[in-house]
Amino acid sequence: MSVLEEGPVSLADAPIRRLNMIEAINDALSVMMERDSNVVVFGEDVGYFGGVFRATAGLQKKFGKNRVFDTPINECGIIGAAVGMGAYGLRPVPEIQFADYIYPGLDQLISEAARMRYRSAGEFTSPITVRSPFGGGIFGGQTHSQSPEALFTHVAGIKTVIPATPYDAKGLLIAAIEDNDPVIFFEPKRIYNGPFSGNYDKPVEPWARHPDSAVPEGYYSIPLGKARIVREGEAMTVLAYGTMIHVAEAVLADMGVDAEIIDLRTLVPIDIETVQKSVEKTGKCLIIHEATRTCGYGAELSALVQERCFYHLEAPIERVTGFDTPYPHSLEWAYFPGPVRIGEAVDRLLKA
Amino acid sequence: MADRPASDVTARGNLPPLELHVPEPPFRPGDPVDYSYLEIPAAGILPRPDEACAASETHPLCQGMIRVLGDDHRAVGAWDPKLDPETLRRMLRVMALTRAFDDRMYRGQRQGKTSFYMKCTGEEATSVASAFALADDDMVFPSYRQQGILIARGYPLTEMINQIYSNRADKLKGRQLPIMYSSREHSFFSISGNLATQYPQAAGWAMASAIKGDTRIAASWIGEGSSAEGDAHAAFTFATVFNAPVVFNIVNNQWAISSFSGFAGAERATFAAKAVGYGIAGLRVDGNDALAVYAAMRWAANRARSNGGPTLIEHFTYRAEGHSTSDDPGQYRSAHEREEWPLGDPIMRLKRHLIALGEWSEDQHAAMDLELIEQVKAATKEAEKNGVLGHGMHHPFHTMFEDVFEELPWHLEEQADQAIRERRTKWPEWKET
Repeated sequence: MSVLEEGPVSLADAPIRRLNMIEAINDALSVMMERDSNVVVFGEDVGYFGGVFRATAGLQKKFGKNRVFDTPINECGIIGAAVGMGAYGLRPVPEIQFADYIYPGLDQLISEAARMRYRSAGEFTSPITVRSPFGGGIFGGQTHSQSPEALFTHVAGIKTVIPATPYDAKGLLIAAIEDNDPVIFFEPKRIYNGPFSGNYDKPVEPWARHPDSAVPEGYYSIPLGKARIVREGEAMTVLAYGTMIHVAEAVLADMGVDAEIIDLRTLVPIDIETVQKSVEKTGKCLIIHEATRTCGYGAELSALVQERCFYHLEAPIERVTGFDTPYPHSLEWAYFPGPVRIGEAVDRLLKA
Repeated sequence: MADRPASDVTARGNLPPLELHVPEPPFRPGDPVDYSYLEIPAAGILPRPDEACAASETHPLCQGMIRVLGDDHRAVGAWDPKLDPETLRRMLRVMALTRAFDDRMYRGQRQGKTSFYMKCTGEEATSVASAFALADDDMVFPSYRQQGILIARGYPLTEMINQIYSNRADKLKGRQLPIMYSSREHSFFSISGNLATQYPQAAGWAMASAIKGDTRIAASWIGEGSSAEGDAHAAFTFATVFNAPVVFNIVNNQWAISSFSGFAGAERATFAAKAVGYGIAGLRVDGNDALAVYAAMRWAANRARSNGGPTLIEHFTYRAEGHSTSDDPGQYRSAHEREEWPLGDPIMRLKRHLIALGEWSEDQHAAMDLELIEQVKAATKEAEKNGVLGHGMHHPFHTMFEDVFEELPWHLEEQADQAIRERRTKWPEWKET
């Protein structure tokens, strides 16, 4: 594993390493497997090989085949078995290789895991964390690029978590595994190896140069339901998550706009207090996600902001999203909500 | 209410603790490979039941392996399809062309001309010989490794490459990942990136053909790994209940990315044996023996076309290359597997058979290979006139919004305007061609 050793940074007392997102996720899994013998990790290619994105590399060797193993190619089975293991008392962390492949497992997630606590009045629960890479920007075509988070935020009983940095990925994944409710943990695969400015024609910056690649060793957790203020500002509030945090940061910095950028980190339950406080301060709100627009998570955000901050709003809420089409292959960058689309919306808000 | 619990949990005696079984492939990187544990019957020994037989009569065949080409390269036994030399040479040529095409496209991906490619090296017979045994208008529902069918049915190589390059001539308008072809004209169903979804669709297409009193049948392919998907079992159930005229192929190439066939159940039963539980006909065939593949598919196709219902065929073969250009098989399997594979190479075996018949020679074969390389090169050059991935020669932006629905609703029209406006902002000089 290519861990760049750098001197301790003052983020925590524990030694700090520079990790990319994959390494941080791997570290979180390792820490939790060490701490809790009920944590088990499984999915397609996750065992011996360590996952097609290498997120589980080395775990089988370290923790044995009883706790880290490959599965048949059956997402319904992967999630259904996780629900059963959860009922026994384990804390399963299954991987679905791409978010685009999760649909055969939806019945087990939506009808079963999400409602297990409710229907059994708390007798049975589903303390499972389903990890899955999502999002585009890697020329994956329509079956390796989707952002289906809104399908899950719409379901009562599932928490939806999306990290945007290695530091957050580790802390949030640990919190997700410790959470007693089912969590869908979407990993933005475009930023596995480095943050992304949205300028696809420029080379990828490695994580090592980003302050949030400083990941302490050992255990720490970031509470679910708490947003992160990436940057404080006055001109407008930007609500985003995952890859789009970095695109938004780059675009707004280029435009010289003093925006307050909020990384939601957890979509359900959302940190409404942080959102509300910010929009009340700035009076303007820009929502950005890569997923399709219609009934996307941005629609919920927009409704929440309107309900709670209407009298503070100085301009209509802006939504920047992917288009309402399947993710195309050759026109990937025309689809992606990049700097131009974001820039237009920022301009409209500034002029309002 | 019972006056005591149904069973006494203390009465388990000295049973050992339960153990989880996690399958482990016989060989890992660096291991020497010895395939002597595989049960491979001699060619020509299995009986060939009547095509109209009861499904149960085929079930012993699910445990064996239909093989026609013997070690002496002669065709033997009841399954010998007795093809004429001209057909054999055509089949050999299409298989060799498929391999030449794969080699070229793989290099193209490495040269940055496209994002992704998948070879079918070593598995050419499972699709090419099958295509020869079907009628050209039988509907095929392929997975992503059946390019041999498309080539066998005469789909132009240039069109395939246009799709692989996602260029402006790509008939799928640059929308699909490379190799996810579609050609209605060639009765070749649109390939999905999601696994096994085409299986119940093939059953449904076959049911439709029966509903309409048609004569066409359907055939579908999945890998042994994706036979674990629920879709496969939905397909078997529908096909058996409605006696659908469909042929299900499971290409058992031993590896699903890094997971060996044991993770799909191969430690307990053959894949063909799934037919037994569903009460459908099942055959297990040497997938590197083009004549055996042809014979099995012909048997199943004739049966389906005569209202005999579905057949499941397991093609026992080996994935000689990585899963895709994104895969490095050296990480998880022994490099010696390929050279030790006991069923050989399907192209070499058919070639040697033709030579044994006195209908082919090494010189002819070498000349053919050169000719095919040139044919692929010419098709590649032709396709490159319309661009490679990421070099601006793509379909017009508006096409991104078309075909989401039959008619463009207002919101997609607005989004199309947006996409074109963004393009002009980024490149003021830009004009849509």
